[in-house]
Amino acid sequence: MTTDTNLTRIDLERWILDFADQIIQQHLILSDLDAASGDADHGSNMERGMSALLKSVPDWDGAATPGEFLKDVGMHIVSSVGGSSGALYGTIFLRMARAVGGAPTISPGLLSDAFEAAAQGVSERGKVKQGDKTMFDALAPSVQTLKAKLKEEKSLSEALTSAATAAEAGRDATSDMVARKGKSSYARENSRGFIDPGAVSVAMLIRSAARTLA
Amino acid sequence: MKKFLNEPSAAVDDYVTGLVGAHREILEWDCTNRVLQRREDPPFPKVGLVGGGGSGCEPTHTGFVGYGMLDAAAPGQIFTSPVPNQIVAATRRANAGRGVLHIIKNFTGEVMNFGMAQEILYFEDIQVAQVVVNDDVSIPDDGETAGRRGLGATVLVEKIAGAAAEEGRELSEVLAVAQKVIGRSGTFAVGLSSCTPPARGKPVYELAETDMDLGIGISGEPGRERVPMANAREIARLMVNEVLSDLMPKDGGDLLMLVNGMGATPHHELYLLAGELAAAAEARGACVTRQLVGNFVTSLDQAGAAVTFLELDQELKDLWDAPVQTAALRWGR
Repeated sequence: MTTDTNLTRIDLERWILDFADQIIQQHLILSDLDAASGDADHGSNMERGMSALLKSVPDWDGAATPGEFLKDVGMHIVSSVGGSSGALYGTIFLRMARAVGGAPTISPGLLSDAFEAAAQGVSERGKVKQGDKTMFDALAPSVQTLKAKLKEEKSLSEALTSAATAAEAGRDATSDMVARKGKSSYARENSRGFIDPGAVSVAMLIRSAARTLA
Repeated sequence: MKKFLNEPSAAVDDYVTGLVGAHREILEWDCTNRVLQRREDPPFPKVGLVGGGGSGCEPTHTGFVGYGMLDAAAPGQIFTSPVPNQIVAATRRANAGRGVLHIIKNFTGEVMNFGMAQEILYFEDIQVAQVVVNDDVSIPDDGETAGRRGLGATVLVEKIAGAAAEEGRELSEVLAVAQKVIGRSGTFAVGLSSCTPPARGKPVYELAETDMDLGIGISGEPGRERVPMANAREIARLMVNEVLSDLMPKDGGDLLMLVNGMGATPHHELYLLAGELAAAAEARGACVTRQLVGNFVTSLDQAGAAVTFLELDQELKDLWDAPVQTAALRWGR
Protein backbone atom coordinates (compact mmCIF):
# COMPACT_ATOMS: atom_id res chain seq x y z
CA MET A 1 0.00 0.00 0.00
CA THR A 2 1.34 3.42 -0.87
CA THR A 3 1.79 5.72 2.06
CA ASP A 4 2.65 8.93 0.23
CA THR A 5 -0.97 9.69 -0.65
CA ASN A 6 -2.34 10.75 2.73
CA LEU A 7 -5.33 13.00 2.21
CA THR A 8 -5.79 16.40 3.81
CA ARG A 9 -8.87 18.44 4.51
CA ILE A 10 -8.12 20.40 1.31
CA ASP A 11 -8.38 17.17 -0.69
CA LEU A 12 -11.74 16.41 0.89
CA GLU A 13 -12.96 19.91 0.07
CA ARG A 14 -11.99 19.38 -3.56
CA TRP A 15 -13.99 16.15 -3.56
CA ILE A 16 -17.11 17.67 -2.00
CA LEU A 17 -17.03 20.72 -4.30
CA ASP A 18 -16.73 18.46 -7.34
CA PHE A 19 -19.59 16.27 -6.13
CA ALA A 20 -21.78 19.32 -5.45
CA ASP A 21 -21.11 20.59 -8.97
CA GLN A 22 -22.04 17.23 -10.47
CA ILE A 23 -25.30 17.11 -8.53
CA ILE A 24 -26.25 20.66 -9.44
CA GLN A 25 -25.57 20.00 -13.12
CA GLN A 26 -27.44 16.71 -13.21
CA HIS A 27 -30.26 17.15 -10.73
CA LEU A 28 -32.98 17.11 -13.38
CA ILE A 29 -31.80 13.72 -14.60
CA LEU A 30 -31.90 12.40 -11.01
CA SER A 31 -35.45 13.67 -10.52
CA ASP A 32 -36.57 12.19 -13.83
CA LEU A 33 -35.19 8.80 -12.78
CA ASP A 34 -37.05 9.19 -9.49
CA ALA A 35 -40.28 9.91 -11.41
CA ALA A 36 -40.13 6.40 -12.86
CA SER A 37 -41.30 4.84 -9.60
CA GLY A 38 -40.76 7.34 -6.79
CA ASP A 39 -41.87 10.91 -6.24
CA ALA A 40 -39.52 12.71 -8.59
CA ASP A 41 -37.65 14.73 -5.98
CA HIS A 42 -34.24 13.08 -5.47
CA GLY A 43 -32.52 15.57 -7.78
CA SER A 44 -34.22 18.69 -6.45
CA ASN A 45 -33.58 17.61 -2.84
CA MET A 46 -29.91 16.96 -3.45
CA GLU A 47 -29.60 20.13 -5.50
CA ARG A 48 -31.06 22.15 -2.62
CA GLY A 49 -28.56 20.61 -0.19
CA MET A 50 -25.56 21.08 -2.47
CA SER A 51 -26.46 24.70 -3.27
CA ALA A 52 -26.75 25.39 0.45
CA LEU A 53 -23.40 23.68 0.97
CA LEU A 54 -21.73 25.78 -1.74
CA LYS A 55 -23.14 28.96 -0.19
CA SER A 56 -21.45 27.99 3.07
CA VAL A 57 -17.98 27.72 1.49
CA PRO A 58 -16.81 31.12 2.83
CA ASP A 59 -17.58 29.91 6.36
CA TRP A 60 -15.54 26.73 6.09
CA ASP A 61 -12.99 26.61 8.85
CA GLY A 62 -9.51 26.30 7.32
CA ALA A 63 -8.19 24.90 10.58
CA ALA A 64 -10.72 22.12 10.80
CA THR A 65 -9.41 18.55 10.72
CA PRO A 66 -10.63 16.20 7.97
CA GLY A 67 -12.98 14.63 10.53
CA GLU A 68 -14.45 17.98 11.59
CA PHE A 69 -14.90 18.92 7.94
CA LEU A 70 -16.76 15.68 7.16
CA LYS A 71 -18.98 16.20 10.19
CA ASP A 72 -19.83 19.73 9.03
CA VAL A 73 -20.74 18.43 5.59
CA GLY A 74 -22.92 15.74 7.16
CA MET A 75 -24.74 18.18 9.45
CA HIS A 76 -25.24 20.56 6.57
CA ILE A 77 -26.83 17.88 4.43
CA VAL A 78 -29.03 16.56 7.24
CA SER A 79 -30.31 20.06 7.93
CA SER A 80 -30.95 21.15 4.34
CA VAL A 81 -31.92 18.16 2.22
CA GLY A 82 -34.72 16.43 4.15
CA GLY A 83 -36.37 13.21 3.04
CA SER A 84 -34.55 9.91 3.00
CA SER A 85 -31.69 11.29 0.89
CA GLY A 86 -30.94 13.88 3.60
CA ALA A 87 -30.88 11.28 6.37
CA LEU A 88 -28.85 8.79 4.30
CA TYR A 89 -26.29 11.21 2.84
CA GLY A 90 -26.00 12.82 6.26
CA THR A 91 -25.31 9.39 7.70
CA ILE A 92 -22.61 8.73 5.06
CA PHE A 93 -20.60 11.81 6.05
CA LEU A 94 -21.26 11.63 9.80
CA ARG A 95 -20.13 7.99 9.92
CA MET A 96 -17.04 8.82 7.84
CA ALA A 97 -16.28 11.63 10.29
CA ARG A 98 -16.63 9.26 13.21
CA ALA A 99 -14.31 6.71 11.57
CA VAL A 100 -11.68 9.32 10.74
CA GLY A 101 -11.78 10.81 14.24
CA GLY A 102 -9.19 13.47 15.00
CA ALA A 103 -6.60 12.21 12.48
CA PRO A 104 -4.70 15.14 10.91
CA THR A 105 -4.55 13.36 7.54
CA ILE A 106 -6.27 10.32 6.10
CA SER A 107 -4.27 7.31 4.93
CA PRO A 108 -5.73 5.12 2.15
CA GLY A 109 -6.50 2.48 4.77
CA LEU A 110 -8.34 4.95 6.95
CA LEU A 111 -10.28 6.24 3.94
CA SER A 112 -11.36 2.70 3.15
CA ASP A 113 -12.42 2.21 6.81
CA ALA A 114 -14.38 5.44 6.64
CA PHE A 115 -16.21 4.35 3.49
CA GLU A 116 -16.92 1.00 5.12
CA ALA A 117 -18.41 2.78 8.14
CA ALA A 118 -20.52 4.92 5.78
CA ALA A 119 -21.90 1.84 4.02
CA GLN A 120 -22.65 0.24 7.38
CA GLY A 121 -24.45 3.43 8.46
CA VAL A 122 -26.61 3.50 5.33
CA SER A 123 -27.52 -0.14 5.82
CA GLU A 124 -28.56 0.53 9.45
CA ARG A 125 -30.36 3.84 8.94
CA GLY A 126 -32.24 2.66 5.85
CA LYS A 127 -32.59 -0.96 7.06
CA VAL A 128 -31.38 -2.01 3.59
CA LYS A 129 -29.34 -4.85 2.21
CA GLN A 130 -27.90 -5.44 -1.25
CA GLY A 131 -30.59 -6.18 -3.81
CA ASP A 132 -33.21 -3.84 -2.31
CA LYS A 133 -32.63 -1.41 -5.22
CA THR A 134 -31.27 1.53 -3.25
CA MET A 135 -28.11 3.63 -3.07
CA PHE A 136 -26.61 0.78 -1.05
CA ASP A 137 -26.36 -1.31 -4.24
CA ALA A 138 -23.82 1.17 -5.61
CA LEU A 139 -22.15 1.92 -2.28
CA ALA A 140 -21.54 -1.61 -0.98
CA PRO A 141 -19.66 -3.02 -4.02
CA SER A 142 -17.57 0.15 -4.36
CA VAL A 143 -16.47 -0.11 -0.73
CA GLN A 144 -15.68 -3.82 -1.14
CA THR A 145 -13.62 -3.03 -4.26
CA LEU A 146 -11.76 -0.16 -2.59
CA LYS A 147 -10.82 -2.41 0.29
CA ALA A 148 -9.76 -5.31 -1.96
CA LYS A 149 -7.65 -3.14 -4.27
CA LEU A 150 -5.82 -1.53 -1.36
CA LYS A 151 -5.16 -4.98 0.06
CA GLU A 152 -3.58 -5.89 -3.29
CA GLU A 153 -1.33 -2.87 -2.70
CA LYS A 154 -2.74 -0.90 -5.62
CA SER A 155 -2.31 2.86 -5.48
CA LEU A 156 -5.12 4.93 -3.97
CA SER A 157 -5.79 6.40 -7.39
CA GLU A 158 -6.14 2.97 -8.97
CA ALA A 159 -8.22 1.66 -6.05
CA LEU A 160 -10.64 4.60 -6.15
CA THR A 161 -10.99 4.32 -9.93
CA SER A 162 -11.87 0.63 -9.59
CA ALA A 163 -14.26 1.50 -6.74
CA ALA A 164 -16.01 4.07 -8.98
CA THR A 165 -16.34 1.50 -11.75
CA ALA A 166 -17.80 -0.96 -9.22
CA ALA A 167 -20.24 1.70 -8.02
CA GLU A 168 -21.34 2.30 -11.61
CA ALA A 169 -21.80 -1.43 -12.21
CA GLY A 170 -23.82 -1.60 -8.97
CA ARG A 171 -25.84 1.40 -10.13
CA ASP A 172 -26.61 -0.24 -13.49
CA ALA A 173 -27.52 -3.53 -11.82
CA THR A 174 -30.35 -1.81 -9.93
CA SER A 175 -32.21 -1.62 -13.22
CA ASP A 176 -33.12 -5.30 -13.05
CA MET A 177 -34.13 -5.17 -9.39
CA VAL A 178 -37.53 -4.75 -7.79
CA ALA A 179 -37.49 -2.03 -5.12
CA ARG A 180 -38.14 -3.21 -1.56
CA LYS A 181 -37.45 0.05 0.29
CA GLY A 182 -38.63 3.62 0.00
CA LYS A 183 -41.48 4.98 -2.08
CA SER A 184 -40.33 3.04 -5.17
CA SER A 185 -41.16 -0.19 -3.36
CA TYR A 186 -44.86 0.59 -3.84
CA ALA A 187 -44.37 0.30 -7.61
CA ARG A 188 -43.28 -3.33 -7.06
CA GLU A 189 -42.69 -5.03 -10.47
CA ASN A 190 -43.10 -1.66 -12.18
CA SER A 191 -39.95 -0.44 -10.47
CA ARG A 192 -38.00 -2.93 -12.62
CA GLY A 193 -36.38 -1.51 -15.75
CA PHE A 194 -35.29 1.75 -14.13
CA ILE A 195 -32.03 2.61 -12.43
CA ASP A 196 -32.34 3.73 -8.81
CA PRO A 197 -31.66 7.49 -8.53
CA GLY A 198 -29.91 7.10 -5.16
CA ALA A 199 -27.53 4.58 -6.74
CA VAL A 200 -26.85 7.11 -9.51
CA SER A 201 -25.94 9.90 -7.09
CA VAL A 202 -23.76 7.56 -5.00
CA ALA A 203 -21.92 6.43 -8.13
CA MET A 204 -21.33 10.14 -8.82
CA LEU A 205 -19.97 10.56 -5.29
CA ILE A 206 -17.43 7.75 -5.74
CA ARG A 207 -16.47 8.76 -9.30
CA SER A 208 -15.94 12.25 -7.96
CA ALA A 209 -13.67 10.83 -5.22
CA ALA A 210 -11.66 8.96 -7.86
CA ARG A 211 -11.27 12.16 -9.85
CA THR A 212 -10.24 14.40 -6.95
CA LEU A 213 -8.67 12.31 -4.19
CA ALA A 214 -5.67 10.85 -5.94
CA MET B 1 -47.90 24.15 -15.38
CA LYS B 2 -50.22 26.98 -14.42
CA LYS B 3 -50.19 27.76 -10.70
CA PHE B 4 -50.36 30.68 -8.28
CA LEU B 5 -46.65 30.65 -7.61
CA ASN B 6 -43.62 32.91 -7.24
CA GLU B 7 -40.33 31.05 -6.99
CA PRO B 8 -40.98 27.28 -6.83
CA SER B 9 -38.32 27.03 -4.12
CA ALA B 10 -40.28 29.49 -1.94
CA ALA B 11 -43.64 27.73 -2.38
CA VAL B 12 -43.73 26.34 1.17
CA ASP B 13 -42.73 29.62 2.84
CA ASP B 14 -45.20 31.59 0.77
CA TYR B 15 -47.97 29.15 1.69
CA VAL B 16 -47.19 29.37 5.41
CA THR B 17 -47.14 33.18 5.24
CA GLY B 18 -50.66 33.19 3.84
CA LEU B 19 -51.92 30.56 6.26
CA VAL B 20 -50.61 32.35 9.34
CA GLY B 21 -51.90 35.69 8.06
CA ALA B 22 -55.38 34.25 7.73
CA HIS B 23 -55.38 32.53 11.15
CA ARG B 24 -53.42 34.88 13.38
CA GLU B 25 -55.52 34.02 16.42
CA ILE B 26 -54.47 30.37 16.17
CA LEU B 27 -51.05 30.19 14.54
CA GLU B 28 -47.51 31.49 14.79
CA TRP B 29 -44.63 30.76 12.35
CA ASP B 30 -41.14 30.41 13.78
CA CYS B 31 -39.28 31.06 10.52
CA THR B 32 -35.83 30.46 12.05
CA ASN B 33 -36.65 26.91 13.02
CA ARG B 34 -39.36 26.43 10.37
CA VAL B 35 -41.93 25.39 12.94
CA LEU B 36 -45.61 26.25 12.86
CA GLN B 37 -46.98 26.47 16.37
CA ARG B 38 -50.00 27.17 18.48
CA ARG B 39 -50.15 30.86 19.37
CA GLU B 40 -52.03 30.46 22.64
CA ASP B 41 -50.50 28.26 25.31
CA PRO B 42 -52.91 25.69 26.75
CA PRO B 43 -54.51 26.79 30.05
CA PHE B 44 -52.55 24.11 31.93
CA PRO B 45 -49.43 22.01 31.09
CA LYS B 46 -50.47 19.14 28.85
CA VAL B 47 -48.87 16.44 26.74
CA GLY B 48 -47.59 18.02 23.51
CA LEU B 49 -48.41 16.73 20.04
CA VAL B 50 -46.07 17.18 17.07
CA GLY B 51 -46.78 16.28 13.46
CA GLY B 52 -44.59 16.75 10.45
CA GLY B 53 -44.14 15.64 6.90
CA GLY B 54 -43.68 16.73 3.36
CA SER B 55 -45.58 19.79 2.22
CA GLY B 56 -48.06 19.43 -0.60
CA CYS B 57 -50.52 17.44 1.56
CA GLU B 58 -52.23 20.47 3.06
CA PRO B 59 -53.99 21.03 5.33
CA THR B 60 -51.94 18.18 6.86
CA HIS B 61 -50.18 19.01 9.19
CA THR B 62 -50.05 22.81 9.29
CA GLY B 63 -53.83 23.22 9.19
CA PHE B 64 -54.24 20.99 12.24
CA VAL B 65 -52.20 23.07 14.67
CA GLY B 66 -54.35 24.56 17.42
CA TYR B 67 -56.66 23.76 20.32
CA GLY B 68 -57.53 20.06 20.47
CA MET B 69 -55.00 18.86 17.90
CA LEU B 70 -51.29 19.63 17.32
CA ASP B 71 -49.10 21.95 19.36
CA ALA B 72 -46.51 22.26 16.62
CA ALA B 73 -45.93 21.09 13.06
CA ALA B 74 -42.73 20.78 11.05
CA PRO B 75 -43.49 21.22 7.34
CA GLY B 76 -40.84 19.84 4.98
CA GLN B 77 -40.28 20.79 1.38
CA ILE B 78 -42.84 19.56 -1.16
CA PHE B 79 -43.27 15.78 -0.66
CA THR B 80 -40.06 15.72 1.39
CA SER B 81 -39.98 15.09 5.11
CA PRO B 82 -38.82 17.83 7.46
CA VAL B 83 -35.21 17.79 8.64
CA PRO B 84 -34.30 16.63 12.19
CA ASN B 85 -33.56 20.19 13.39
CA GLN B 86 -37.12 21.24 12.61
CA ILE B 87 -38.57 18.27 14.44
CA VAL B 88 -36.33 18.94 17.46
CA ALA B 89 -37.42 22.60 17.54
CA ALA B 90 -41.10 21.66 17.21
CA THR B 91 -40.73 19.18 20.07
CA ARG B 92 -39.15 21.80 22.33
CA ARG B 93 -42.01 24.16 21.51
CA ALA B 94 -44.65 21.51 22.23
CA ASN B 95 -43.07 20.38 25.48
CA ALA B 96 -44.77 21.63 28.64
CA GLY B 97 -42.94 19.20 30.90
CA ARG B 98 -45.40 16.32 30.43
CA GLY B 99 -43.83 14.77 27.36
CA VAL B 100 -44.41 14.96 23.63
CA LEU B 101 -46.00 12.55 21.17
CA HIS B 102 -44.59 12.42 17.63
CA ILE B 103 -47.20 11.50 15.04
CA ILE B 104 -45.33 10.04 12.07
CA LYS B 105 -46.74 8.79 8.79
CA ASN B 106 -45.07 5.62 7.57
CA PHE B 107 -42.96 7.07 4.78
CA THR B 108 -39.27 6.17 4.69
CA GLY B 109 -37.92 9.74 4.84
CA GLU B 110 -40.30 10.75 7.59
CA VAL B 111 -39.48 7.73 9.75
CA MET B 112 -35.73 8.30 9.26
CA ASN B 113 -35.79 12.03 10.03
CA PHE B 114 -38.01 11.61 13.11
CA GLY B 115 -35.62 8.81 14.11
CA MET B 116 -32.63 11.14 13.82
CA ALA B 117 -34.52 13.83 15.76
CA GLN B 118 -35.19 11.35 18.54
CA GLU B 119 -31.49 10.52 18.71
CA ILE B 120 -30.81 14.22 19.28
CA LEU B 121 -33.70 14.63 21.77
CA TYR B 122 -32.33 11.72 23.79
CA PHE B 123 -29.85 14.22 25.24
CA GLU B 124 -32.57 16.64 26.36
CA ASP B 125 -34.89 16.44 29.30
CA ILE B 126 -37.98 15.80 27.18
CA GLN B 127 -39.93 12.57 27.27
CA VAL B 128 -40.72 11.62 23.66
CA ALA B 129 -43.02 8.87 22.41
CA GLN B 130 -43.95 8.11 18.82
CA VAL B 131 -46.67 6.49 16.79
CA VAL B 132 -46.30 5.51 13.14
CA VAL B 133 -49.56 5.75 11.22
CA ASN B 134 -49.88 2.97 8.61
CA ASP B 135 -53.49 2.75 7.49
CA ASP B 136 -53.03 2.22 3.73
CA VAL B 137 -54.72 -1.11 3.01
CA SER B 138 -53.66 -1.02 -0.67
CA ILE B 139 -50.29 -2.38 0.35
CA PRO B 140 -50.07 -6.00 1.47
CA ASP B 141 -48.27 -6.49 4.77
CA ASP B 142 -45.70 -8.87 3.22
CA GLY B 143 -42.36 -7.25 4.03
CA GLU B 144 -41.59 -6.69 0.33
CA THR B 145 -42.19 -2.92 0.50
CA ALA B 146 -41.52 -0.02 2.84
CA GLY B 147 -44.81 -1.00 4.49
CA ARG B 148 -48.28 0.50 4.63
CA ARG B 149 -48.24 4.26 4.22
CA GLY B 150 -49.79 6.68 6.65
CA LEU B 151 -52.75 8.38 4.96
CA GLY B 152 -56.15 9.66 6.15
CA ALA B 153 -55.98 8.04 9.58
CA THR B 154 -53.34 10.65 10.43
CA VAL B 155 -56.10 13.26 10.77
CA LEU B 156 -58.09 10.96 13.03
CA VAL B 157 -55.05 10.19 15.20
CA GLU B 158 -54.21 13.88 15.53
CA LYS B 159 -57.80 14.81 16.40
CA ILE B 160 -58.45 12.00 18.86
CA ALA B 161 -55.03 11.98 20.56
CA GLY B 162 -55.21 15.78 20.60
CA ALA B 163 -58.51 15.67 22.50
CA ALA B 164 -57.05 13.15 24.95
CA ALA B 165 -54.08 15.44 25.60
CA GLU B 166 -56.39 18.42 26.00
CA GLU B 167 -58.26 16.48 28.73
CA GLY B 168 -54.99 16.32 30.68
CA ARG B 169 -54.21 12.65 30.16
CA GLU B 170 -50.66 11.34 30.65
CA LEU B 171 -48.27 10.67 27.74
CA SER B 172 -48.71 6.90 28.06
CA GLU B 173 -52.51 7.29 27.84
CA VAL B 174 -52.35 9.65 24.86
CA LEU B 175 -49.96 7.21 23.17
CA ALA B 176 -52.34 4.31 23.86
CA VAL B 177 -55.33 6.09 22.38
CA ALA B 178 -53.31 7.07 19.28
CA GLN B 179 -52.29 3.43 18.83
CA LYS B 180 -55.88 2.35 19.27
CA VAL B 181 -56.95 4.64 16.40
CA ILE B 182 -54.17 3.29 14.17
CA GLY B 183 -55.13 -0.30 14.95
CA ARG B 184 -58.77 0.30 14.13
CA SER B 185 -58.51 2.26 10.88
CA GLY B 186 -57.88 1.59 7.20
CA THR B 187 -57.68 3.72 4.04
CA PHE B 188 -57.90 3.14 0.31
CA ALA B 189 -57.30 5.84 -2.31
CA VAL B 190 -58.15 6.15 -6.00
CA GLY B 191 -56.36 8.61 -8.30
CA LEU B 192 -57.91 10.18 -11.38
CA SER B 193 -54.87 12.20 -12.44
CA SER B 194 -51.24 12.78 -11.56
CA CYS B 195 -50.15 15.93 -9.74
CA THR B 196 -47.64 18.63 -10.69
CA PRO B 197 -44.95 19.44 -8.10
CA PRO B 198 -43.97 23.14 -8.46
CA ALA B 199 -40.23 22.46 -8.76
CA ARG B 200 -40.80 19.88 -11.46
CA GLY B 201 -43.22 21.93 -13.51
CA LYS B 202 -44.87 18.95 -15.19
CA PRO B 203 -47.00 16.03 -14.02
CA VAL B 204 -45.19 13.13 -12.34
CA TYR B 205 -46.81 10.71 -14.80
CA GLU B 206 -49.59 10.51 -17.36
CA LEU B 207 -52.85 8.72 -16.66
CA ALA B 208 -55.11 7.96 -19.62
CA GLU B 209 -58.51 9.68 -19.65
CA THR B 210 -60.14 6.23 -19.60
CA ASP B 211 -58.19 4.90 -16.60
CA MET B 212 -58.07 5.29 -12.83
CA ASP B 213 -55.17 4.53 -10.53
CA LEU B 214 -55.91 2.27 -7.55
CA GLY B 215 -54.00 2.51 -4.28
CA ILE B 216 -52.23 5.85 -4.62
CA GLY B 217 -50.35 7.53 -1.79
CA ILE B 218 -50.01 11.26 -1.08
CA SER B 219 -46.87 12.29 -2.88
CA GLY B 220 -47.63 11.80 -6.53
CA GLU B 221 -46.28 8.29 -6.83
CA PRO B 222 -48.31 5.95 -9.06
CA GLY B 223 -50.76 3.55 -7.46
CA ARG B 224 -50.88 -0.21 -7.28
CA GLU B 225 -52.68 -0.76 -10.58
CA ARG B 226 -54.49 1.03 -13.35
CA VAL B 227 -57.95 -0.13 -14.28
CA PRO B 228 -60.65 1.26 -16.56
CA MET B 229 -62.60 4.17 -15.10
CA ALA B 230 -65.96 3.19 -13.59
CA ASN B 231 -68.96 5.12 -12.27
CA ALA B 232 -69.05 6.48 -8.70
CA ARG B 233 -71.23 3.67 -7.35
CA GLU B 234 -68.87 0.99 -8.63
CA ILE B 235 -65.80 2.87 -7.42
CA ALA B 236 -67.38 3.30 -3.97
CA ARG B 237 -68.13 -0.43 -3.74
CA LEU B 238 -64.56 -1.23 -4.70
CA MET B 239 -63.12 1.21 -2.13
CA VAL B 240 -65.37 0.01 0.70
CA ASN B 241 -64.58 -3.59 -0.14
CA GLU B 242 -60.83 -2.91 -0.02
CA VAL B 243 -60.98 -1.25 3.42
CA LEU B 244 -63.62 -3.30 5.18
CA SER B 245 -62.22 -6.65 3.98
CA ASP B 246 -58.98 -5.65 5.62
CA LEU B 247 -60.37 -3.94 8.72
CA MET B 248 -63.08 -6.53 9.39
CA PRO B 249 -65.22 -4.39 11.72
CA LYS B 250 -67.86 -6.09 13.83
CA ASP B 251 -71.25 -6.33 12.13
CA GLY B 252 -73.37 -3.32 12.97
CA GLY B 253 -70.34 -1.63 14.51
CA ASP B 254 -70.07 2.14 14.56
CA LEU B 255 -67.79 3.56 11.88
CA LEU B 256 -66.33 6.97 11.37
CA MET B 257 -65.93 7.65 7.65
CA LEU B 258 -63.44 10.18 6.30
CA VAL B 259 -63.87 10.95 2.61
CA ASN B 260 -60.73 12.78 1.65
CA GLY B 261 -60.08 14.64 -1.59
CA MET B 262 -56.58 14.64 -3.10
CA GLY B 263 -56.67 18.34 -3.97
CA ALA B 264 -58.29 18.71 -7.38
CA THR B 265 -61.60 16.95 -6.88
CA PRO B 266 -64.46 19.34 -6.08
CA HIS B 267 -66.78 19.02 -3.08
CA HIS B 268 -69.57 18.19 -5.50
CA GLU B 269 -67.85 14.94 -6.41
CA LEU B 270 -66.57 14.25 -2.89
CA TYR B 271 -70.05 14.43 -1.36
CA LEU B 272 -71.48 12.47 -4.27
CA LEU B 273 -68.89 9.79 -3.58
CA ALA B 274 -69.48 10.04 0.20
CA GLY B 275 -73.15 9.17 -0.32
CA GLU B 276 -72.20 6.13 -2.35
CA LEU B 277 -69.49 5.09 0.12
CA ALA B 278 -71.83 5.30 3.11
CA ALA B 279 -74.46 3.28 1.23
CA ALA B 280 -71.89 0.68 0.21
CA ALA B 281 -70.62 0.38 3.80
CA GLU B 282 -74.14 0.05 5.17
CA ALA B 283 -74.93 -2.58 2.56
CA ARG B 284 -72.14 -4.60 4.18
CA GLY B 285 -73.75 -4.34 7.61
CA ALA B 286 -71.73 -1.41 8.93
CA CYS B 287 -73.24 1.68 10.53
CA VAL B 288 -71.60 4.99 9.59
CA THR B 289 -72.28 7.27 12.55
CA ARG B 290 -69.68 9.99 11.98
CA GLN B 291 -68.55 11.53 8.70
CA LEU B 292 -65.95 14.04 7.63
CA VAL B 293 -65.85 15.03 3.95
CA GLY B 294 -63.37 17.39 2.31
CA ASN B 295 -59.73 17.93 1.41
CA PHE B 296 -57.67 16.93 4.46
CA VAL B 297 -54.64 14.90 3.35
CA THR B 298 -54.06 16.01 -0.21
CA SER B 299 -51.48 15.49 -2.90
CA LEU B 300 -51.10 18.98 -4.43
CA ASP B 301 -53.42 19.18 -7.45
CA GLN B 302 -54.06 15.50 -7.89
CA ALA B 303 -57.63 14.48 -8.72
CA GLY B 304 -58.94 11.56 -6.72
CA ALA B 305 -60.27 10.57 -3.32
CA ALA B 306 -59.58 8.27 -0.42
CA VAL B 307 -61.87 6.70 2.13
CA THR B 308 -60.78 6.01 5.69
CA PHE B 309 -62.88 3.99 8.10
CA LEU B 310 -62.30 3.96 11.84
CA GLU B 311 -64.12 1.47 14.02
CA LEU B 312 -65.42 3.57 16.89
CA ASP B 313 -66.06 2.78 20.51
CA GLN B 314 -67.49 5.14 23.12
CA GLU B 315 -64.08 6.53 24.10
CA LEU B 316 -63.09 7.29 20.49
CA LYS B 317 -66.50 8.76 19.74
CA ASP B 318 -66.32 11.13 22.73
CA LEU B 319 -62.79 12.24 21.85
CA TRP B 320 -63.77 12.77 18.20
CA ASP B 321 -66.75 14.91 19.25
CA ALA B 322 -64.64 17.00 21.65
CA PRO B 323 -64.04 20.65 20.66
CA VAL B 324 -61.32 21.53 18.19
CA GLN B 325 -60.11 24.86 16.85
CA THR B 326 -57.56 24.75 14.06
CA ALA B 327 -57.31 26.42 10.67
CA ALA B 328 -58.76 23.40 8.88
CA LEU B 329 -60.95 21.68 11.47
CA ARG B 330 -63.18 23.46 13.90
CA TRP B 331 -66.20 22.54 15.97
CA GLY B 332 -67.63 22.81 19.46
CA ARG B 333 -65.70 25.93 20.40
